[in-house]
Amino acid sequence: MSQRLFVKGNEAVAMAAIEAGCRYYFGYPITPQSDIPEYLSRELPKLNGEFIQAESEVGAINMLLGASATGVRAMTSSSSPGISLKQEGISYMAGSELPGVIVNISRSGPGLGGIDASQADYWQSVKGGGHGGYHIIVLAPASVQEMYDLTMLAFDLADIYRTPVMVLADSVVGQMKEALVPNPRPETTLPEKDWVVRGRKEGTEQKIVKSLFLGDGELEAHNWKLHGKYDVMREKECRQELFMTEDAQLIVTAFGSVARIAKTAILTAREAGMKVGLLRPITLFPFPTQAYRDVTGQCKKILDIELNNGQMVEDVRLSVARDAEVHFYGRPPGAGSLPVPEELFEQIKKYY
Amino acid sequence: MQQVFQRPVSLKDVPTHFCPGCQHGTIHRLVAEAMDEFGVRERTIGVASVGCSVFLYGYFDVDVVEAPHGRAPAVATGVKRARPDSFVFTYQGDGDLAAIGTAEIIHAANRGEDITVIFVNNTTYGMTGGQMAPTTMVGQKTSTSPYGRDHAKDGSPIRMAELLAQLGGVAFSARVAVNTPKNLMDARKQIKKAFRYQVEGKGFSFIEALSTCPTAWGVTPIQANERIGGEMIDYFPLGQFKDTAQWKPQPPPPAPVEQPGALSFPEFMNEI
Amino acid sequence: MRYDLFITGFGGQGVLLAGNLLSYAAIIEGKNVSFLPAYGVEKRGGAAMCTVVIADGEVGSPVIGRPSTCVYLNQTSLDRYGAKVKDGGVAIINSSLVDDSGWSRDDLDVIRIPMNRIAMDLGDARMVNMVAAGAYAAKSGSVALESLEQALKSVLPERNHRFIPANMQAIRAGAGAVQG
Repeated sequence: MSQRLFVKGNEAVAMAAIEAGCRYYFGYPITPQSDIPEYLSRELPKLNGEFIQAESEVGAINMLLGASATGVRAMTSSSSPGISLKQEGISYMAGSELPGVIVNISRSGPGLGGIDASQADYWQSVKGGGHGGYHIIVLAPASVQEMYDLTMLAFDLADIYRTPVMVLADSVVGQMKEALVPNPRPETTLPEKDWVVRGRKEGTEQKIVKSLFLGDGELEAHNWKLHGKYDVMREKECRQELFMTEDAQLIVTAFGSVARIAKTAILTAREAGMKVGLLRPITLFPFPTQAYRDVTGQCKKILDIELNNGQMVEDVRLSVARDAEVHFYGRPPGAGSLPVPEELFEQIKKYY
Repeated sequence: MQQVFQRPVSLKDVPTHFCPGCQHGTIHRLVAEAMDEFGVRERTIGVASVGCSVFLYGYFDVDVVEAPHGRAPAVATGVKRARPDSFVFTYQGDGDLAAIGTAEIIHAANRGEDITVIFVNNTTYGMTGGQMAPTTMVGQKTSTSPYGRDHAKDGSPIRMAELLAQLGGVAFSARVAVNTPKNLMDARKQIKKAFRYQVEGKGFSFIEALSTCPTAWGVTPIQANERIGGEMIDYFPLGQFKDTAQWKPQPPPPAPVEQPGALSFPEFMNEI
Repeated sequence: MRYDLFITGFGGQGVLLAGNLLSYAAIIEGKNVSFLPAYGVEKRGGAAMCTVVIADGEVGSPVIGRPSTCVYLNQTSLDRYGAKVKDGGVAIINSSLVDDSGWSRDDLDVIRIPMNRIAMDLGDARMVNMVAAGAYAAKSGSVALESLEQALKSVLPERNHRFIPANMQAIRAGAGAVQG
């Protein structure tokens, strides 16, 4: 067995980025993700990498855009209000088909809100947070190990699909420390980056990284191409965790930190003889629709739990259609509203 | 017969989309000449902005990244840091650079990014139809200042070349014009100088080029050119505002002194 | 087995360090563990707290509403979080600073240890957290004292290893106070 370290979630993200070959980080301080830039500001210079504390989140995402256009692996991280500022750049990156990893250790809103854990950025993340009708891949880790593994995966998916990829977590997963096995970067065959700008050598084609398409039919074709990629992602990249769903009469569905909290409530329910399981989407986009269809073959009750007033539940309802009842329990994020397992067990009893 | 004049190889042989009397084309040519002179075309990465200059890649025969409005200096920062061997320039208008992109230009300049910024000041938003820009002259009528720019309400035009010259990271800052043969010759010299700074790795270089926009100004090309020499140069004087390779990074801070004494809790926390 | 613990006190008492140390010891023993520090506004006002879950299998929730064991290192902690301990659970109280005479929980196993006095007797008042860690380890059986020593060795830089014997004395004293 590899060495098990005891690491904070945010640091696991930074460690994974380095292992994934990311040597360029651009960020701006914001709670509760500052461990990530702090770690990388210390480590990247030792690896001949670049760490820039940008003038703003807007500056940072555009530095990521520029670095990525040259073909290197690069990353930025922030928290909700900062991610709002990055949406402009994310839309441009999606339009320009630029890979890049964006980490959102989200906090409560709207506005300045608070710094407590939140899942209220679900819509913003999966429905295209900026203008123009695009998607980015969104990964939702629920443990320190997943913070590491999914950050590593994010870089590969970004390169494979030429798309921004977001790692969406919150301060529970970001500030928590757990055992971590720092897995080495897996061997993956990645497409050649033949589109990058590096200076046009004589006899080679001019490379242009852009999202402006003014010619008749050009932009429509470009959007069909992007949406074709989203279909491939839906087909090939859905990931989820199924926990005790085989015989379940009620399936709880939740992502990230809330799924962790729900798991303990489910174990309590099992101890009480109740057949309860968990379906945890790991990819929020693409949303694991098929997994919901599969489990609702036999289970007719779904309880969706979120740390917000109900966002993912819309995708759950679309996935389940009329095959099962979908109930929702959630609380808006803020100091003191993080649910505890005992509270979720009460909800399980209510809908079981 | 000796050929004494030709198109710079860094410039494509295509007609531009610029309006009659617009000086973007002339400024493009001067930039391309500088590229040729230093032989940097094959390692140049241009960063296009939003506005009339967005079609940079259509005219310059170099690799180009298109930046969101105002963000070209941040994009150029990412490009240059990732590929320090490349020659990186942005080409931005006054709305792009001096309004929406103020934070990006000031901080890229202040960090002393080893890039060259070509800033075209025509006192208006040309592409969107002649609205008021941060560089619009007091009294100048535009589609969003129909009564003329009012100093009390709208402030006064920003002098970017002077402003940026104040920053520690800026190695070179100059304002040029291409309205007369003399000014054009001087502009050519200054642009080359700006390029030289980057070629020699001496830090951030900035060129502000005064330019016409006869369409938005609602005047003839000749009248537009005359406005440069009259009104504009009076307010936006030509010349170098900074010309130094002397800027040096701050010395590194002294090494932290090790805390003597008992078990250090914060240290322990870091190790664990 | 599964253990959950909530430690609370004021900043400077080494609450987070105690939680970290117990967690690290559990990792050394091959167990799974989550350590969740208080964050956000709870951090303000000088209070410090953390939740530790140690499990042979999956940790599950790192957030616990009613922990089976709570360690209270100062009076405010007990006043504020006294109701948090699970019914029939364990409360370990630093009786040097906490007066629980007005506290009405007769369902609990309450262990009162004069942690400040023990730590001072051993030469450094700052070792209160080590006394607490030792007491919890002994009471719960969640981690062995040897693992705590191993944890200290692993996480402390070599030059600070000279502090380990004194800290282990404090850990053992805490453990002894539970058994005694």
